[in-house]
Amino acid sequence: MYRMAKKGKLLIEILPDKCDFCGCCVGVCPEDAIELKEASIRIIDSFCTNCSKCVWACPIEVIKFNKEGVEA
Amino acid sequence: MKNEYDIIVVGAGPAGTTAARFAAEQGVSVLVLEKDRDVGYPVRCAEAINKRTADEFIKPNDKWISSHISKFSFISPNNSEVLIDFNSVQGYILERKIFDYELAKIASNAGAEIITKAYVNGLLLEGQKVSGVTAEYRGQQINIKSKIVIGADGTESRVGRWAGIKTHVHLKNMESCFQVTASNISVEPDTLYFYFGKNVSPGGYFWVFPKSCTTANIGLGISGLEGKEKSALAYLNDNLARLFPHASILTQVAGGVPCSITLEKITSNGIMLLGDAARQVNPLSGGGIASGMIGGRIAGIIAAEAIRKNKLDHIFTYEKAWYNERGKMHEVFNRLKEGIYSFTDEDFNKIMEKFQKVPLSKRTIGKLFRIALANKPSLLIDISKVFLV
Repeated sequence: MYRMAKKGKLLIEILPDKCDFCGCCVGVCPEDAIELKEASIRIIDSFCTNCSKCVWACPIEVIKFNKEGVEA
Repeated sequence: MKNEYDIIVVGAGPAGTTAARFAAEQGVSVLVLEKDRDVGYPVRCAEAINKRTADEFIKPNDKWISSHISKFSFISPNNSEVLIDFNSVQGYILERKIFDYELAKIASNAGAEIITKAYVNGLLLEGQKVSGVTAEYRGQQINIKSKIVIGADGTESRVGRWAGIKTHVHLKNMESCFQVTASNISVEPDTLYFYFGKNVSPGGYFWVFPKSCTTANIGLGISGLEGKEKSALAYLNDNLARLFPHASILTQVAGGVPCSITLEKITSNGIMLLGDAARQVNPLSGGGIASGMIGGRIAGIIAAEAIRKNKLDHIFTYEKAWYNERGKMHEVFNRLKEGIYSFTDEDFNKIMEKFQKVPLSKRTIGKLFRIALANKPSLLIDISKVFLV
């Protein structure tokens, strides 16, 4: 089970090697903070609010909270 | 590629190329830009379409039809199965790679220009009005002008957002999907199988859509909210291990299907949204090919009329036209979806048990829904509107 991220800083990251580029995360992102090309994807840091919707929507768990963002 | 067109369509899926075709048939200039290198690939789709709609747009051909569907099978959480036999072909399982190509060829023969590997990354604006797109093409940033931009850029649509339209999907309504195409299995090639249950596919369903007796698209969608606990991939692995332990996996693909009512606003100055991008998917089934093509036909015709009459405001009639043809029905489907996904496993089991008592010759989808929603009279009225009239 996923844990909640702290606020205020880029805490969500995509593991691009494992991404299938399906766009599910882009569809749920309320801030237009994910850029998806044919086979590349990135989070636009300045737009991301760490709402974590992309993490939950990802069918294959390639979007994660990075370690420093996870509360113990 | 020129640097100016009447209409630019972003995305070369079935919705985009259908819009391009119907616009080009009226003699206006149309450019379709696709971000991927191929039209029709990768296939992020379970590939089922109803026959009636498909036949409206393209003559059936076994080149792109893998199987002809005449039966539905519903499997309850306790593994009892009920079959509906329509006694005639109701739908196809497509070979999307070829189907999308054929649709693109039809658009292209009608006069539309199609370019792949062109990544649209912004809109050109003249005041408040959209006047073209910016794109990355062969390593260069280019500007292409147009009177109308049609955003058919799928689940991951950003075109609408750039025009200030709120398009993001509520997490609950985003079906988080994973699918494999598997062989070394045994299925009836004329039957679509739907499995329900909270351990099978919560807030969605698990599907087996046959491409032959031994091959099928096997996948599932779960509500995005359910992904907090367990991912679509994890559910699929569990279902495969239980039901098809000897399957060989030929392809695997992730995807997101927006299962909601259509966006409130699908038109703005100089811009129209279409297909998955406009959230025109049938929210009950998650099917988006047929509704995207229907949306494409409406949008393409209206966009071309707007150009020919030199009255760009005409594109605002698209919203009403869509609503009357499909949008209204999707509102009913959405209420049904919400009713069904509020069921517990016990509810599903009871419904299937009741439905099993209906003689095979009298089973219809309408009847199934009537049983399913017998304790929700308000929904019954909705269903009767859709299925019984």
